[in-house]
Amino acid sequence: MPEAAVARRPAPRPIDRYDLWLYVAGPGPKSVAAFRNLELLCEEHLAGSYEIRVIDLLKHPELAQKDQIVAVPTLVRNLPSPTRKVVGNLSNTERVLASLDLQPRGADPFAPRKGGTHAG
Amino acid sequence: MKTKSPPAPLKTLLKARTGIRGLDEITGGGLPAGRPTLICGSAGCGKTLLSMEFLVRGAAQYNEPGVFMAFEETGQELTENVAALGFDLPKLVAAKKLLLDHVHVDRSEFEETGEYDLEGLFIRLGYAIDSIKAKRVVLDTIEGLFAGLPNQGIVRAELRRLFRWLKDKGVTVIMTGERGEGTLTRYGLEEYVSDCVISLDHRVVDQVTTRRIRVVKYRGTTHGTNEYPFLIEKDGMSIWPITSAQLEHNASDERIGTGIERLDTMLGGKGFYRGSSILLSGTAGTGKTNVSATIADAACRRGERCLFFSFEESPSQLIRNMSTIGLDLSQWVKKGRLHFETVRPFHYGLEMHLARAIKAIKEFDPQVVVIDPISGLDTTGTNLEVRAAVMRLLDYLKQQGITVILTHLKTGDGLQERADAAISSLVDTWIVLRDIESNGELNRSLHVIKSRGMSHSNQVREFVLTNNGIKLTDVYIGPSGMLTGSARLAQEARERAELASIKEEAGRQQAALECKRAALEGQIAALRAEFSIEEATVTRIVNMDKQREASLALDMAAMGRSRQQDVNKNNGAHAHRNGSRRH
Repeated sequence: MPEAAVARRPAPRPIDRYDLWLYVAGPGPKSVAAFRNLELLCEEHLAGSYEIRVIDLLKHPELAQKDQIVAVPTLVRNLPSPTRKVVGNLSNTERVLASLDLQPRGADPFAPRKGGTHAG
Repeated sequence: MKTKSPPAPLKTLLKARTGIRGLDEITGGGLPAGRPTLICGSAGCGKTLLSMEFLVRGAAQYNEPGVFMAFEETGQELTENVAALGFDLPKLVAAKKLLLDHVHVDRSEFEETGEYDLEGLFIRLGYAIDSIKAKRVVLDTIEGLFAGLPNQGIVRAELRRLFRWLKDKGVTVIMTGERGEGTLTRYGLEEYVSDCVISLDHRVVDQVTTRRIRVVKYRGTTHGTNEYPFLIEKDGMSIWPITSAQLEHNASDERIGTGIERLDTMLGGKGFYRGSSILLSGTAGTGKTNVSATIADAACRRGERCLFFSFEESPSQLIRNMSTIGLDLSQWVKKGRLHFETVRPFHYGLEMHLARAIKAIKEFDPQVVVIDPISGLDTTGTNLEVRAAVMRLLDYLKQQGITVILTHLKTGDGLQERADAAISSLVDTWIVLRDIESNGELNRSLHVIKSRGMSHSNQVREFVLTNNGIKLTDVYIGPSGMLTGSARLAQEARERAELASIKEEAGRQQAALECKRAALEGQIAALRAEFSIEEATVTRIVNMDKQREASLALDMAAMGRSRQQDVNKNNGAHAHRNGSRRH
């Protein structure tokens, strides 16, 4: 996976912009899966209003303490505040969306939930 | 065949000294170096403080920097908490000898969305270790991970990997764990740490808390297995193990005076041995404090330092009371030779008292210690505990060559006597002070029951408090028993009167004799006078007779001449001659 890759999209409405940092430890399968899952998810739900920054802790170990990272991969939503943390390779889309306060686009919040787990 | 090569030296376990007073003694030199140690115990028992002191002392004394990874407290909180123990964390952090890392694990933030591991923690810890070249690591308490992470399977797998990794890094690790129900730790951390497990405990008995430490397991080394009391005070933690399973202190030949002349005489003429232990026992009001204060005063007079533990009186009260028997203790306090440690017995547990006592002794470095009264500690534990504690204290003092005076209050019932006897077997000299009630008054007596290594008096002395100190006097032993106080004075007066009358009688008889002698001499003089008169008379008569004879002869001669008488040739010639001459 690209190291410290940043996938940029124009952000038309800064207030709704999502600033997402993905902390990983080296280019392992968990890291790759997490990045792929995150990209898919953002494209689907936040197209045009998100920014992903991937941080490899092996390259920047000092950030682990600074940003309170214990488990990897960890996704941190810095914006909009408050800060949210999600742990894992992000294969459970539904949980990621719930944690990031994103309802799947067009989904009825009151409808019974369907399984939405991608393969890790 | 060649000769056998000498056997390879046994590889002994390397140990990392903790620098915590007493802990290195009971672990035989410290924690296993390069390996993890588990410290477990209930909340508030001192796990964090012990761990922090391990790092602080490692950094300050052994040049081994340390990383403190806290899962519960922030660096700020930690710094504030241990500042009370005199640990200046910011200074050590600035000197890159210590690194504090607060790991915040909040379950609400830990939404699991797939596979993960704790590599982040490894990186974080690894970076911390490398950045200050740490040799010591504390994980306090890593159980935070179990609480924070929903998937315990992952945590367990990762912990196993973490400890292997830390061993490879060669750092000495302490991890702490909360006590569980019937297990050492709630999450079974002991399964990850097979080298050394230390258990801390604090128990409240009779509303007094005592902290205790025990080495549960220490692979590859001998260690003390008992529970040892420990203290957390303003300069850190200290453990007071029984230092004297062996009796190997040196005995001094030096003798020191007691400040009471006749007591010195009773003790073989020279007083106590330096470094011996002296028990003064007696019921209330028998003068135990007075005697011990006199001994303290004597020590200060010699220029020594004396530490006075008082469980009953405040320093000013003691100084005032002792001034009534002519002891000016305040001068010694001013000169720094006398120091009072006063605390109520029930304020602390027994172990705490003991530990504080030893600490005070270490700080003041006295030659003489007074504990008034040691029986004040009786309320702080069972007889067995008190005895063990006193034994430890006495052994410690012996090793330091410090003379100790213990007073012991007897209440007189049987149990107390036994406790008394139990303590007395630990001491070298046992002096008993007693009240003697007779003829409507109470008097005091003193006798030496035993004094090891000297021939001591077996006599009971009456013990009198005067304005000029303590006086010991002989008691009167007569047909009606031992007399003290005014009975003794009365008896003495009677004896004096008797003696006087005997003297008087003798004088009288002597006078009579003199009289007789005078009379006799008078008689002799009279007789002599009479004799001399007689003698004079006789002499006169003799002389007169001679004259008469002479004149008679003349007359005869004259008559003969006149008669022309021829006379006897002899007489006549004479007479003739005489006669012729006269003519």
